[in-house]
Amino acid sequence: MRIGFFVPCYVDMLAPQAAISSYELLKRFDLDVTYIERASCCGLPMTDMGYERKACAIENNLVEQLLGYDYIVIPSGICTDQIRYHLDSVEKTPEVKRILETTHDIVDFLHDVLQVKSLPWARFPHRVALHNGCHSLRFLHQARPSELMIPDFSKTEALLRLVEGCEVGYATRRDECCGFGGTFAIWDESCAGQQGLDKVSDYARNGFRYVTSADFSCLLHQQCTARKYGVDIRTFYIAEILNGDAEKAIIKEGGEK
Amino acid sequence: MSQVNQVKLGAEFIADTPHRVSHDRCLWEARMRRDRTASRIPEWEEMRALASQIKLHTLSHLDSYLSRFEEKLTANGIHVHWAEDAEAHNRIVYEIFRSHGVKTVTKGKSMLMDECGMREYLSERGIDIYEADLGERIQQLDNQRPSHIVMPAIHKLRGDVARLFADKLGSDPDIDDPHYLNSVMREHMRKHYINADAGMSGVNFGVAETGTIVVATNEGNADISANVPPLYVASMGIEKLIPRQSDLALFIRLLSRSALGFDITQYTSHYTRPRHGQEMHLVIVDNGRSARLGSQYYEVLKCIRCGACMNTCPVFRRTSGLSYDAPYMGPIGIVLQPSYDLHRYARLPYSCTHCGSCMNVCPVKVPIPHYVFLWRTEIVERGEDELMHRTEETAMALALRNSTNLSHAERLGLWALRNLPKSLLESRLNPWATHHTNPEPPQETFRQYYKRTTKK
Repeated sequence: MRIGFFVPCYVDMLAPQAAISSYELLKRFDLDVTYIERASCCGLPMTDMGYERKACAIENNLVEQLLGYDYIVIPSGICTDQIRYHLDSVEKTPEVKRILETTHDIVDFLHDVLQVKSLPWARFPHRVALHNGCHSLRFLHQARPSELMIPDFSKTEALLRLVEGCEVGYATRRDECCGFGGTFAIWDESCAGQQGLDKVSDYARNGFRYVTSADFSCLLHQQCTARKYGVDIRTFYIAEILNGDAEKAIIKEGGEK
Repeated sequence: MSQVNQVKLGAEFIADTPHRVSHDRCLWEARMRRDRTASRIPEWEEMRALASQIKLHTLSHLDSYLSRFEEKLTANGIHVHWAEDAEAHNRIVYEIFRSHGVKTVTKGKSMLMDECGMREYLSERGIDIYEADLGERIQQLDNQRPSHIVMPAIHKLRGDVARLFADKLGSDPDIDDPHYLNSVMREHMRKHYINADAGMSGVNFGVAETGTIVVATNEGNADISANVPPLYVASMGIEKLIPRQSDLALFIRLLSRSALGFDITQYTSHYTRPRHGQEMHLVIVDNGRSARLGSQYYEVLKCIRCGACMNTCPVFRRTSGLSYDAPYMGPIGIVLQPSYDLHRYARLPYSCTHCGSCMNVCPVKVPIPHYVFLWRTEIVERGEDELMHRTEETAMALALRNSTNLSHAERLGLWALRNLPKSLLESRLNPWATHHTNPEPPQETFRQYYKRTTKK
């Protein structure tokens, strides 16, 4: 199986560990994984703000780079949603349609395509709060959003349960938005900041020290808000836990506090 | 009119911790009640799908349903008026009142009448309106618009109401006991209920088959307005129609559960003909609705004004309805208001984190997040976007254009994070720094890691 591994811009620059863990994790499954070096961005920062025309060149450049794989795997829910459902400037040829259909966030890929049943290398003997980012939750359907009266399921939780010792919990307002919202956190920093503070305070009230999510953008926002307000949490991108890297990092940092 | 700056108005409410905390908690509790009550109905999701389909069906046959509705209303002895816009609506209502010598009116809650600015129009012409809904009357006394479509004064604390009543109604400013405050209002309003020359209300549903108008309230404010005075005038938007009486139960089951998490509104009143000796009028209003029906935003016309999207919206709960400075606020407001005045409301569609919760609680499945995207695109195309956004987006589009540009941009960004003085990185030039520390710059990007570790 030929896998194209696309690392979105913000993950590449600010969360290389999220990409490294994802890449190393994929390689454990005997797949032919190729890092798509020449891809840059999915265009989301532009389309999100209504600048579809500015996104046009980026989207078309991206699609060219995604050609020729059986699956595209991305360590970011929000970018996966953008590629699957919002590449509005790209002509939908049969080839392009196939790319969109075979593009997956790493959680969906592990859970739905590989149908992973065990992660024997991973250990995380801690309580961790699972934050399902809004796009992963409500647009990629990785878990049941609390609003919908449908049978309960959670792909993210199912994967974390395969990790030895990992005890998954949630904030009281388990799937309320944390306020990142892309450029929202910059253009409406008062509201985004309050949402972030409310979210990290919720973790603290519930005694969580560790937080994980399939969306690093939420974690970046939450981690930086927590640090600003002196709330003691440490965030891990989900693949860091699934690949066993999170526990190594905790030990390196001096063990659980 | 000047442009509404929801971000700035919202920031003022956010900074007011007691009000923000109470507002957020009350609405979140309504959302939680909604989840609990909806979870007890096994067919809840099928109900939402069906309600959406009935509304779409009605909207796509609106002309014939409206004709049938008018025929039935007329046959039942209700006077029907058609208003093309807000001005026509207000003029028609005023003409009815003028010809009957009406001086005072009690009025049930109506978003449409707020949309039309009717209260101001009539009061300028010497007709006094008394709001019969408690929250709406509080807002009227405070000279503010409603801050929520079903809980008009939800942004106020009890102490605010005590002080307002003391100021306007002469009660004790230090007693904020709800029973006391209720009794003050009851004393104040009773004479108006009894002496009003006319009553008014909005309409929740118009049944085309029978010519019935249905009004749902929790305080009976529409009922007292409809049943006491000798003249009753109701107003409804053209989108409020449903085809048959048998369709009604579905919407009644959805409405209050979505709005407040209660199984049903306290009062669900059906008016089919005037009572003995009463005269009854219905004003059916377009005010931009038929244009909206022909636009890409047509599904907003399915909205049944339950307010569930407001209760769940993380932005609305922290900033309150008044920050939208518009008749309709919250998620439905930000996709509705720009169609009334694009320039004035051009910033509203940005007051959204794209969390998508609103589309999941909406009982008629209005695709609000999708419309937020469409409005932002339209705002940019029509040149109403902010200069700051345009500048930032142009720079970003250049940086992200391809992997070469991205590498350069990353190097520059990481260099800045590592080397620029903290005083600059955390200055007011960086809005991120208001509530965040800056991200820790990693030792290398993934691109660099890959190059380093996979050397051929």
